[in-house]
Amino acid sequence: MTDSWTVAGQTFTSRLIVGTGKYKSFEQNAAAVEASGAEIVTVAVRRVNISDPGQPLLTDFIDPKKITYLPNTAGCFTAADAVRTLRLAREAGGWELVKLEVLGEAKTLYPDMRETLKATETLVAEGFKPMVYCVDDPIAAKQLEEAGAVAIMPLGAPIGSGLGIQNRVTIRLIVEGAGVPVLVDAGVGTASDAAVAMELGCDGVLMNTAIAEAKDPVTMARAMKLAVESGRLAYLAGRMGQRRYADPSSPLAGLI
Amino acid sequence: MDTKTLSIQVNGAHRRVPSGISIADLALELGLEPTRVAVERNLEIVPRSTLAEVQVEDGDDYEIVTFVGGG
Repeated sequence: MTDSWTVAGQTFTSRLIVGTGKYKSFEQNAAAVEASGAEIVTVAVRRVNISDPGQPLLTDFIDPKKITYLPNTAGCFTAADAVRTLRLAREAGGWELVKLEVLGEAKTLYPDMRETLKATETLVAEGFKPMVYCVDDPIAAKQLEEAGAVAIMPLGAPIGSGLGIQNRVTIRLIVEGAGVPVLVDAGVGTASDAAVAMELGCDGVLMNTAIAEAKDPVTMARAMKLAVESGRLAYLAGRMGQRRYADPSSPLAGLI
Repeated sequence: MDTKTLSIQVNGAHRRVPSGISIADLALELGLEPTRVAVERNLEIVPRSTLAEVQVEDGDDYEIVTFVGGG
């Protein structure tokens, strides 16, 4: 059985999306992407380095023809800045599929949902396919979907915190209510966190720091690949019910 | 031939360039491959297909971006 998922008409087999920030080198980054099995990587849009234009580029190490680049709006605090950034990204790459994030403040990097919704509406009107980073709020998720978001990406915990999924209830409610893919974006710290997201029924997980800041990023990338796969399998298998007390696994009949 | 220079801004920094050059020429002068960047001129996107046709004008404000690592 091939277990794939589809976002904005594009079908992927890997349910793990990885970032390309914070790595020690492009080589390490490329090796981690390979080990993760990811088919999509997030990238940022920044001014070119005019003082040293000969510097190596990300595209020299991670081939955009083989791996789908998902441009983000990291660092944008208004809808206008995010939309401007993604217009440039579309021109640089030629892709409509983008990751929208509009942040509310630097301390928590929590999303500003009013600006996020505004930016989603503008992007959709301009033909973009925005996958949208958002709070873990089932109502906000619905509003984004109604505005045309092609995927809902609630945070599990603050960006870069590695705290794991803080509110399983709201993530599950978002999954149950959504008609578009739901991916946990941000907050994953280790493999079990990724598995939890998938066991809750998410379509995928997006992470950067959990891999990039591991002591051995390439091994952690592989751990995340396996965790996402096993969490997905557990979700499909349908877990056992939970009981308040013990229930023996061996038969009681025939006891000597 | 006109040998005047133009005063422009590129990524927030002042710069003088010869008059009569296109945006593609400007990118090449900066050491950039025009097919690997996106250009915004006075807050408007310049389609990549027209970079060689659009002339740089005095007072223009450019943002030239590319993809970098990010989460």
